Amino acid sequence: MTGLIVQQIGPGVAVQDLGRPGFLAKGLTTSGAADHRAVYEGAALLRQSTDLAVLEMVSTGGTFEATAPIRIALTGAEMATKINGETAAWNASHLLPANTKLTIGPSRDGTYGYLHVGGGITTKAILGSRATHQSVGLGSLVAAGQTLPIGDDKGKEIGMTLPRDLRFSGGDIRIVASMQTEDFDADIRERFEATVFRRDPRANRQGIRLDSDGTGFSNPKQLSIVSEVIVPGDIQITGDGTPFVLMVECQTTGGYPRIGTVLPCDLPRVAQAPAGATLRFSFVSLGDAAAIQARASAELLKLGHSAKPLIRDPHTMQDLLSYQLVGGMVSAHQSPFEQG
Amino acid sequence: MSQNHVDCPKIRSVGLNGVLVTFGDKATDAANRAAIAFRTAVDEQEWPEVMESSSTLVSAFFRTDLAEYSYDRLRARLNEVLQSRDWSNAALPAGRTLWTIPAVFGTSRAPQLAEAAEAAGLTTKEAEAELTATRLRVLTVGFAPGQPYLGTLGTAWDIPRQVGLSPNIPAGALVAAVRQICLFTKDTPTGWRHVGQSAFQCFRPRSDIPFPLSPGDEVQFTSITLQELASIEAHNADGNGAALREVLK
Repeated sequence: MTGLIVQQIGPGVAVQDLGRPGFLAKGLTTSGAADHRAVYEGAALLRQSTDLAVLEMVSTGGTFEATAPIRIALTGAEMATKINGETAAWNASHLLPANTKLTIGPSRDGTYGYLHVGGGITTKAILGSRATHQSVGLGSLVAAGQTLPIGDDKGKEIGMTLPRDLRFSGGDIRIVASMQTEDFDADIRERFEATVFRRDPRANRQGIRLDSDGTGFSNPKQLSIVSEVIVPGDIQITGDGTPFVLMVECQTTGGYPRIGTVLPCDLPRVAQAPAGATLRFSFVSLGDAAAIQARASAELLKLGHSAKPLIRDPHTMQDLLSYQLVGGMVSAHQSPFEQG
Repeated sequence: MSQNHVDCPKIRSVGLNGVLVTFGDKATDAANRAAIAFRTAVDEQEWPEVMESSSTLVSAFFRTDLAEYSYDRLRARLNEVLQSRDWSNAALPAGRTLWTIPAVFGTSRAPQLAEAAEAAGLTTKEAEAELTATRLRVLTVGFAPGQPYLGTLGTAWDIPRQVGLSPNIPAGALVAAVRQICLFTKDTPTGWRHVGQSAFQCFRPRSDIPFPLSPGDEVQFTSITLQELASIEAHNADGNGAALREVLK
């Protein structure tokens, strides 16, 4: 079986997929990749199923080598990447020949970078998913020396790229009223919308703390509330008035009131905001939110149409490996050198 | 229904991710029974727009995609089921499980029994007797996978959480507050008081029963000695902690 050998690895690198739905009643949240959009992008670049597992890298990647030629794609937060010493474009698919070094360095923007492989990573699924959910003991972080199994790849296409979007540096986030929004006084809600927040360095897959100058957002008349369901994107206000955006690995229930919920299509922007990036939230009506989200979901399913051949910098054209990548139809199972 | 007919039950959207039907403002036994029964009744109808459901202390939650399915339509549909009967006296679903779980009360393994008993105005002996005499119901499962909140204890047990957090109460612990017992899935810092210790694993991801407990199931604790617990822990490959399981008729 083809494998991806992990020679060096950054902290927090883990196998992820779109998560483990169906266990909310048992207290287990869906979880999965912090940036779902990146999973769709990788699947579009490699023309394969969005169900296949990927490698999620937090701020930095690692050094890898494949036991046989494989197709790879790189999405999410851009990380300085080289294949056999040559710079490899981000947001694109490439051939990784056998026994050739792939190095993925620190991120230039954003937080979560993703390495996709043709055929997907085929670690053992638990409860129907390969997603690593460390806080509950499902799966573990990737370690140096490990070889990750890779599934059969039916695809051939490489050298494709997707247009870069702008979700990697914070910005404006749309939120919808949630079950406790009305419990917050109108002036608190208005102040929340008017505030420019900074993403605190204290952030992980469970939640992201938001910093702001001035007073917090706790409601003076707020009664103690009965613990209630949490969904990813909920913005909870803790006792001292600090907002936290709850992310993919959030708990299923919680006792802090929620001032609003981030639209699913804007959640990758929150996940990717690097420490210190500014975030601003604005309410949209439930009807508008549904329309915005429906458009975004439809666009995600059509991402494959946006994949275009990677245009190489002419200065690198003399490089045989890169030149072959432009061809786009190199077999993943043969050395490109034999065809040149 | 009751006089808060206007306020409860109430139906609310939760982001674009689902719809919540709430049966009370406070965590009462009646609201919890209603939430469990209502969730079961809707689940039995297998609506295509509901991807999964859950229940909390006082609410039933139906996960859907409100970008794909109209909130107003789902709300109307849920309201129709709501109006079809009085949910506050609905029977709990059939096929529930009764677990009899052995636990040590007090001692070095559960050092806050005396403190909790005092807060409840009971002697340590009385407290242990109440905790092992009361058949408890899984009110909800949450916070950690498979972790049950059990209730409802008598009014004496309406004891607040302690002010400071205990740094690390172990998995299998029985902790008490607000007329409930929580049985910990994993080591957890908590403000609830550590009154008992079992070897029951609430989350067994690699077993045939990954989540032994579901909302509506019942739990009966029995008292064992320190030596008995040590012996159970030494032979606990299945994670059952010598608990017995039977299906309720």
